[in-house]
Order: sequence, then structure tokens, then C-alpha cells
Amino acid sequence: MDFCSSSSSTISSHEEPHVLAVDDNLIDRKLVEKLLKKSSCKVTTAENGLRALEYLGLGADQEHSTNNNGSKVNMIITDYCMPGMSGYELLKKIKESSILKDVPVVIMSSENIPTRIDQCMEEGAQMFMLKPLKHSDVKRLRCQLMQCQ
Amino acid sequence: MEIVAKLQKQFMDFISALYRERFLDDQFLQLQKLQDESNPDFVFEVVSLFFEDSEKLINNLAAALQQQVVDFKQVDSHVHQFKGSSSSIGAQRVKNACMAFKTFCEEKNIEGCVQCLQQVKHEYFLVKNKLETLMRLEKQILAAGGRIPDLS
Repeated sequence: MDFCSSSSSTISSHEEPHVLAVDDNLIDRKLVEKLLKKSSCKVTTAENGLRALEYLGLGADQEHSTNNNGSKVNMIITDYCMPGMSGYELLKKIKESSILKDVPVVIMSSENIPTRIDQCMEEGAQMFMLKPLKHSDVKRLRCQLMQCQ
Repeated sequence: MEIVAKLQKQFMDFISALYRERFLDDQFLQLQKLQDESNPDFVFEVVSLFFEDSEKLINNLAAALQQQVVDFKQVDSHVHQFKGSSSSIGAQRVKNACMAFKTFCEEKNIEGCVQCLQQVKHEYFLVKNKLETLMRLEKQILAAGGRIPDLS
């Protein structure tokens, strides 16, 4: 289940990786933010796929030149089940973008559904993680992130 | 017995019972591990958010089930949220009640759903009460100059 795809976003040992965390559940957002911060990551949160795309500069009305947040993000972690745009649809949009396709995307879900997992991995997800996330899950993720340079 | 030690023992006994009686599970322990000097109120903040969120969801669920024509997709969406938050905070009995609720949603069984809502409410208010007591004990320990015992 753990893949390590190559990434063009390099992280020096002095910098904190910048992670964009996407989840429609307020409590889960707070939790994932804290878990990531505890693992020395800089965190931006978004409450849905559209907001996430806007932040990354991939919003419907945006031109890439006005927003370079996407180039600063080292990883995106998103919930699968979200109203409107699902985590899977967000993953697809990111992988379709020439600027962001190499940014690792991790999918989280409270449900362990093999077809769902396969679908995400086939679309290029870095990893699929079961919620609720634990500190050990994020530590493992952080290690992977450092190795993928 | 010195006051801090007494309070700490009270805390340990109380929280051990909560785990034993499955009000809380391992996930709550994870939350406590995340609390540190940079964020000493983390657990309190998350628990407060949980209370706010849950009460909103309960009201939304009650309203949704009272409609002439029940929108089960909407009901399921609320239950999914509730299941998610209770799972993330470690409120095991609430989570389990939500799982049963989800099944009745999928079956479009109104009576089952109404009963489940009662059950979820019941479990929620029980755990809310327990968590408030726990937070109070923590505050007392800190006020007396002690540290919250590590449970891991």
C-alpha cells in the first residue's frame, strides 16, 4: 500500500515541508493539522476540494501567474469522502496539472474498501491511510516525504 | 495524601473506568499525546469542538427525520459526519451507535433511524458528561501545580 513516487519538490533538511490538508470535518482538520505540526510540518488546511484547488492556483477562474502557492506545497493530504468534490476527484485534478502532478497526494478514509484504495493508487496517490490517523502514521509519512526528493 | 497525588489518583481511576466501560478508546489517548507545552489546551479545544459539532448534528438529524419525505442521503451525510468526529475523538460508544444508525439509513428504515438517533443522543450526553468531569479534574490538577498523569 505504500508507494514512493518521485517528486520534483525538494526539501532541504533545514526546511519544514509544507502540507495542504483537506477535510470537510472540522475536528479531523484540527487533528491532522496538529499531527502534522507535531511532525515539524508547516500546515495549510482547506475545508473542501474547491478551496484546495483555489489555494493551489488551480481554481476555475485562476491564472497560474497570480498564484504560486502550488509550487510551495510539498504534499497534499485529503479525505476521500467530501461533499461536492471527493478526495479522488481532487487527486485526479492535481495529477492532471502540469505544475502539480508530481506533488505527492495522500488519501485518508474512515472506510477500508479495497476497490477504493486501488482506484486511488492507480490514479497516482502516494499513500492511502485509514482514519483516525495516529502519530505513528504521520511519522511514517514524514519519513517517506524526506526520502522522496 | 498530598492534594496533587490525590487528584492524580482520582484522574487515573476515572479515566481508567472510561476506557474499561468503552466510553473512550485508544484514539483519545492519541489526542492526549498531542497535547504539549506549545498547546496545553489542545484536548480541551478538540473536545469543545466535538460538543459544538455534535449538538448541531443532533439537531440537524432530528429535523431531517421529521420531514414529511425523509431525505435519507441527507440523514446519512449527517451520520457520517458524526461517526467521523466521534471516531476521531475516541468516543467509542457514540461511534458504534452511529454505525448502527448508518445501517438503518441505508435500509431507509425511518423507525430504525428514529430509534438510533435516540441511542446516539443517549450515548453522546453520557460521554459529554464524563468528558466534562475529566476536563474539570485536569484543571484542578494543573491549578494545584501538578501534571496530568501519562496513561501510555
